[in-house]
This record gives sequence, structure tokens and C-alpha cells, in this order.
Amino acid sequence: MSEPLGTTGLILNEPLLWEKGKKGRCGFSMPPSDVPRNPLPAELTGDGPDFPDLSEIEVVRHYTRLSTWNFGVDTGLYPLGSCTMKYNPKINEKLAGLPGFAAAHPLLPAELSQGALQLMFELERYLLEISGLDAVTLQPAAGAQGELTGMLIIHAYHRLRGKQRTKILIPDTAHGTNPASAALCGYLPIPIPSGPDGILLSETVAALMDSETAGIMITNPNTLGLFEGNIREIAQIVHDRGGLVYGDGANMNAVLGIVRPGEIGVDILHLNLHKTFSSPHGGGGPGAGPVAVRKDLGRFLPVPRVVERNGAYELSEDFPGSVGRVVAFHGHFGILLRAYAYILSMGPDGLKKASRLAVLNANYIREKLKDVLHLAFDPPCMHECVFSDQKQQGSGITTLEMAKRLMDYGYHPPTIYFPLIVHGAIMIEPTETETKEDLDGFIEAFRSVIQEAKKNPGLLREAPVRCKVKRLDEIAAARNPCLTG
Amino acid sequence: MRYLPHTDEDIAAMLGVVGLKELDDLFAAVPEECRFGRALYLPEAMSEWALEEHVGRLAGRMAVSPAYSVYLGAGSYDHYIPATVTSLLGRSEFVTSYTPYQPEMLQGTLQGIYEYQTLAARLLGMEVATASHYDGATALAEALLMSVRITGRKRVALSRAIHPHYRQVVRTYFAPTGYELLEIPFLETGLTDLARLDEIRDLAAVALHSPNFFGCIENLQTAAERAHSGGALLVAGFTEALAFGLLKSPGSQGADIVAGEGQSLGIPRSFGGPALGVLASRKQHMRILPGRLVGKTKDRDGRRGFVLTLATREQHIRREKATSNICSNNSLCALAAAMYMASLGGTGIRELAALNHDKAEYLKSALRDAGCVIRFSSPTFNEFVVGFPGGFDAQHRRLLEKKIVAGLPLGGYYPELADHGLLCVTETCNREKMDRLVREVVS
Repeated sequence: MSEPLGTTGLILNEPLLWEKGKKGRCGFSMPPSDVPRNPLPAELTGDGPDFPDLSEIEVVRHYTRLSTWNFGVDTGLYPLGSCTMKYNPKINEKLAGLPGFAAAHPLLPAELSQGALQLMFELERYLLEISGLDAVTLQPAAGAQGELTGMLIIHAYHRLRGKQRTKILIPDTAHGTNPASAALCGYLPIPIPSGPDGILLSETVAALMDSETAGIMITNPNTLGLFEGNIREIAQIVHDRGGLVYGDGANMNAVLGIVRPGEIGVDILHLNLHKTFSSPHGGGGPGAGPVAVRKDLGRFLPVPRVVERNGAYELSEDFPGSVGRVVAFHGHFGILLRAYAYILSMGPDGLKKASRLAVLNANYIREKLKDVLHLAFDPPCMHECVFSDQKQQGSGITTLEMAKRLMDYGYHPPTIYFPLIVHGAIMIEPTETETKEDLDGFIEAFRSVIQEAKKNPGLLREAPVRCKVKRLDEIAAARNPCLTG
Repeated sequence: MRYLPHTDEDIAAMLGVVGLKELDDLFAAVPEECRFGRALYLPEAMSEWALEEHVGRLAGRMAVSPAYSVYLGAGSYDHYIPATVTSLLGRSEFVTSYTPYQPEMLQGTLQGIYEYQTLAARLLGMEVATASHYDGATALAEALLMSVRITGRKRVALSRAIHPHYRQVVRTYFAPTGYELLEIPFLETGLTDLARLDEIRDLAAVALHSPNFFGCIENLQTAAERAHSGGALLVAGFTEALAFGLLKSPGSQGADIVAGEGQSLGIPRSFGGPALGVLASRKQHMRILPGRLVGKTKDRDGRRGFVLTLATREQHIRREKATSNICSNNSLCALAAAMYMASLGGTGIRELAALNHDKAEYLKSALRDAGCVIRFSSPTFNEFVVGFPGGFDAQHRRLLEKKIVAGLPLGGYYPELADHGLLCVTETCNREKMDRLVREVVS
């Protein structure tokens, strides 16, 4: 075996912010005032927050040291399934920092914000072309908020038709956000069991879809990495019985330019710009979750919407059927801009090729690991592959322990224990931006871990040993929460 | 394409491993009738420099400082962002990581967010703050839904002096729930008419912004007393977080939940987003809070470390029974806020808040002296409502041609404030510019 990627180097300890500094220091350029002091009435003022006072260098070292305890896509392979941890282009960050955009106030008059409005307008057109739908909002701040927006649209649609419905069908493989978003609109989520091959069967949907059911939420490809091949028939059943089809576009990275959800029966679709369209995940966000809909549902989209009149762009609230506003301003413009730059950098051929290579990378890993890990479902996968821990069960080693040991080899672990229907699930999504050499390194590392599970399981139970900290006690953290210092 | 590393040999070798001939064969599971039959109609790929030129041209069509003097606040503020914050926040170990589900590998993000939670809680005088929400408006909606869960009551009251967009977002979130939303009017002082609260029963929560949309500083203590006497919670919100460098914190005045916008704390305006939803509460409600939380713990060697905690509130565990559907949050913005608060420090934030207040007061009195109408008598922080001689709207339009954006016209939001505007002044403005604005207004 070649020298492993994971190693140890000099990492510096760093205390908490308030364990540093001295009263009277400041890391901010404080100018002398050019206006008279004019104190507020004493009864309105407090003592000010108890923040530590730090100099500039202390702040700089603090966060620089913290950053070295972190692992990002720029550090190495980050195959979190369903998260699409692809490379985040540097040029996009540079463009987002252009003062014309970074310093732009959201309530500037339209004539003074044509650049941003044009960008949004064009991005809308691109997303419509990619999704095969007819109208889109860029407002939702993340995928889950896109789902909520979609549920609000379904709710408004049924209300307008005169009869509200009470249930939503959601496959048992769905992300937890799906049932949570449906519940926010008062819908009861009805789980649909997957068929024996990991995809939905039309007859199962037909048996559950009734006049009390508002619609269905489908992730396609699903979270097992499988294409829902019966989607058209399923959509037909749902439509025939008066329901709507919501498409969760979290896994759209598999099918850019190959499948357009709007053409296969999806009425409403959210896209995760931070997954498919390369904006960075930022340690948990911000993302963006635009929602595209078919023509007759456009009336329900959130306001304001960007409209073009005589070659000029403006924001319009003149959409009486709208579900309303979902964020304070116009969505995560900074993220929209990055997605726009990504689409223009890739072009139509580049986007399609990205999906093909994402699927190739996932199948390559699937093929190279399937003799040592149990495949949850047999068919070839799309952008991610899902294994179970069935082959390891005799050894007493769990998915969690294998994941932790992967860290010592220098890889971020895959998504684990999801989807819930797979025992000890290991969900691997390499994305298209990984080289064959890096995939080979990951495969080799994973195979070593599996060997260790048999020969020296203690290594896995101890893992990780090369990170800043050893295995952390999550149970103690929850039992006795300490959320502030 | 530089983001796609595969050579033709790589592709051939990998296809060989999976036993296929062509890339298209990978999509055998996609039925023919689901395939898209043509190429995407999108612009052809651009080079990095062509893209930079194109987007640069778009950015050039935006009215920003220094070419323009912009007196807009109203939920998005022009505060100087130290170069340190931009530089540190740009470290790709922070930018290109994801939610720290594997804490041993993401201690940087986790300690950073734990520190953010602590500083946010201290700023607001609360015991617990979440790891972030999308923005101040969605945080407010979540806070109100939380108050319904806590009290079991299905009716909330919002001050009309809360940012109009925030009230719209709350209405959107509440529309399918059947819960009732009431609005409390404001008085001639610019403050919420708290006496109205005595007429309403069975409220889950009373929500106020302070400073409110008009910049006026509300009496949160009285609001808390009135809310509590009827068994309701006080949800205190804000759009201008810097105000708490100077003002009494909402927590010290009896707020039960605090939900506001943290954009002022080192986050660029970026045409409205991403920003930072701040949500904080009393410790007794921490298990009902929506959104992620970072907690302190120990590793196997007894060393301090941090993890995501109380996950049983969250959608990935609880699904439809979760306290919210939130998954991706605005973590990187929270980290920016922590860096900013750390840079200012306790001494600095007080001084900067005072500077904002003093500058706004300077412009307010200069305008008043020049014959403008300051609409509300209540003390304000760094925003105020004003009427111009000759009419606000006409003057506002005229000044745009002189590259001055003289605040936000309010008539579209409040008919009773037609021909008035909301002006904001921060530390980035100077006396010379303000004197020019006054001269232009009266000229």
C-alpha cells in the first residue's frame, strides 16, 4: 500500500475567545467622531455586551488555528451522500465579492440595481431550461425552504380549487426535511414503502393516493441513488386523482441535461444551488433552494418576482395569488450569483458531462467496494451508491466505527445511517470533480478499514486518532447540554 | 472543462471496471420516455476572464458607494467589514466544509459556532442562541411557531412597527396553519400601542421589534410585563443588531424569545442575502428551539471538544415531528458575525454603536433645523422617519439623479406615512456627506 493520505502534523491549541484578550484592546479600526456626542436617555441604555476585547492579531490567529482543525472539499475527498460536495470554484467567490454586488442594498430603486436584477432574471431562465418547467422563484433560502414553498403552493392550489386535502405521500427513503416541510403546512405525511428494487411501484402509489391526498414528494434519483423509473406512471396516477407532484431536486446532479423533471410529470421542483450548482456549503450553509413550477402554478410563487419591461428589469409584487414572501428580501443573492457563474462556466455540454462523470464516479466506487461491503440494492446506481453493514455484522464492527476510522486515512466519511431503510447505511457520493486517483485512494483506504475490522477491530473502536480530538462524547453533550460559555 | 478532471483514458478505464462501453450506458435505468431529447439551450461555456468581464459589467450597473451616497437601512445596513473578517472567513477549510455531522473532523466550525452562540446570547441577554437561521424574518416566523408550541395557544400579536417584509413572511408561514395573527397599531410617538394588548386574550406571543422599523426604541420591559400578565410570551426582534452595543438587551427586559437579523455583524449586504437569522431563548425552552445547536463535550482523553447536540429536535431524526424543517442554515454568516463581534470586543461595540447613534442624531437635527419634519418623537438608534420640504417622494426622485439615495419611501408600506421616508446613517457616513444631503434637500 502507498503511504496513506492521513497523517499528523503540528496543530496548535487555541482557547475560547473569552479565555483570551485584555480589556481595552480592539481589533476594529475605530475612527474619531466628526459629530458631537449625543447620548441616549440613560433609561434606554445598558452596560453593553460582555465581549472579550481582542487585538487584530489575536483574532487572526484564533480563526486561523480553528480553520486548521477543519476539513473541507479543498482539503480532500468529502463523499457525503446526498450532499453533493463538489469542488467550489474560486472565481465564483471572487465574483461574489465584487463591490457592486457585495455592497448593494436590497431596496435600491430598480433603475439603480439593473445588474443584480438582470443576473436573477437570466439565472431564472437557465434554471427553467434545466428543469423543463415554466416559472421559478429564487427566493427560498435553502432546499428545506424550497420544500416549504412547494408545500405552500400545493396548499394554495387545493384551497383555490375549493377543497383542502390532508395528506402527502412521501417515500420511506426521503430526506427528513420532506415530512417536516409537509407537516409545517398541516399535512400528514404518509410513508410509501419502496419496492424490492429500491424504487417506487406504481401500484403502491395507486393504493395510497386518494381524494384526501394533496400530492406526492419524490426525490429523483432517490436517496438510494436509484432513478425512479416509474415516475411518469406515478405522476399520472397522482394527477388523475387531483394531486400534485413535488420533485425534491436534491439529487439533480445526476441528471443535468439528461432528464428534465418538468417533462416527466413533476409539477413543482426545488433545486439546491449549493449541491448541484457548486456554491460552497459553508460549514452548514448558506445555501439556496429556488423552486420551479409548471405554468398554471406560477401564480402561486412567492413575491416579489423579477419581471422585464421594455428591456429593463424590476421587482413586482403584482401577483395576487402568491403564497407571499418567504424571506425578508430576494433570497440568497450571493449564492444565486455563484450558481449563475457556475452555469456560465460549464455551458450546456459541461453540465451534462458533469452529471455523466458524477454517475461514473459513483458506479466505479460501487463496483470496487461491492465485494467487501454489502450493496443495499443491486441495480447500478446514479450519482451515489448505498451499502449496508451486513457483511461486517459478525465482526461486531459498526458503520460508525468504519466511518471514524476513515478519518485517520484522510477522508471525510460518507453519509451514514441514512437512508433509514438500509441497516447501517453507508451512502457514498463522490461527485464528478474527483480524480480517478483520489477515488482509488479512497477505495484502498476503505478496503484497509474493512480488513482492520477483521484483524484488528480495536483500531476502529479507537478511531479517530489523527484528528484534533479523539472520539467525542455526543451522549454526554445531549444529556447535559452546555450551549454557551 | 477545468472542474472535470477525467481524461479519456480515465473514462475508458473506469467504464471498463463497471463493465460498460459508453457514458450513456450509465443511464440504462432511465426509461427512454424520461430522457431529454435535445441539448440544453444555454450559453456556451465562458472562459474565466470572459465570465469575470461579464459579471463585472453587471456589477457595474449597481448603485453603491463611493459613487453613490446611500441612506438606506430598513433591515440591511452599511457597516464597515474589517479586512480581517473577509480574509479569515474566506479560509476554505471553513467555506468548503459541510454541517459537522462528523465532529472530530470539524472542530474549527464547531468551536466557531459555539463561540458565536455564546456571543449572540451575551449580546441579547439570553441564555441560548441557535447556530443560525436564514434571516431575521424567518427567525421571527420560527419564534412565533415556537411560542404556539410552548403555550398551546393559537393566536399571536405582531406590532405594525415590525419591518413590513417580516410581517409578510410571518403571514406566509402562518397561512396554512390556521393560527390567528393580529396586528397592534403604533402611536404618534412611533412606538407600539401596548395598551391594546389588554384587550386581547389567549395570546401565545406578542412580537415587537426594538429598534422598530422606524428606528424607535420600544419599551420592551412594559411589553414583557403586559404579555406575561396575560400568559403570553414576549418575542423581541430587531433588524439592527449593532444597537445592542448601546441599548439594554432584550433579555434584560424580560423577552422570552429573541429573533432578529444579524447582517450588521460583519456580513455584506449582497442585495439582501445571505444574511443571518439570530434566534435565542431562555434555557427552559432549549429543547423546543428550532435549528441546530452546538454543545460542549469531552473526547475520550478528556479534552474539550464540540458537537452538534439535542438533535432529537431536528428533521433528520424526528422527521414530521421535528421542531422545524430547517437543515442547511447560515452557518458561515454566523461565523462571520462571531469574527466581527470578536474584532469589536465589548469596548469596541459600545463605541461603534454610540458613533452610529451620534451620526444619525446629527443628521436628524440638521434636517430638523433645515425645516424637515421628524415624524416620531421617540428616541431612535440609527434610523428615523422624515418628511422633506417639497415632499419626500419628489425630493427622493430628484436626489437619485445627484447620486444620493435618500432613504426608503414609506408610502407603499404605510398609507399614513405617505410622502415620508426612512433614513439610516452608520459609521461609514461622514459629516461632509450629511451636510451635502441637507443642502440638497433644502435647495
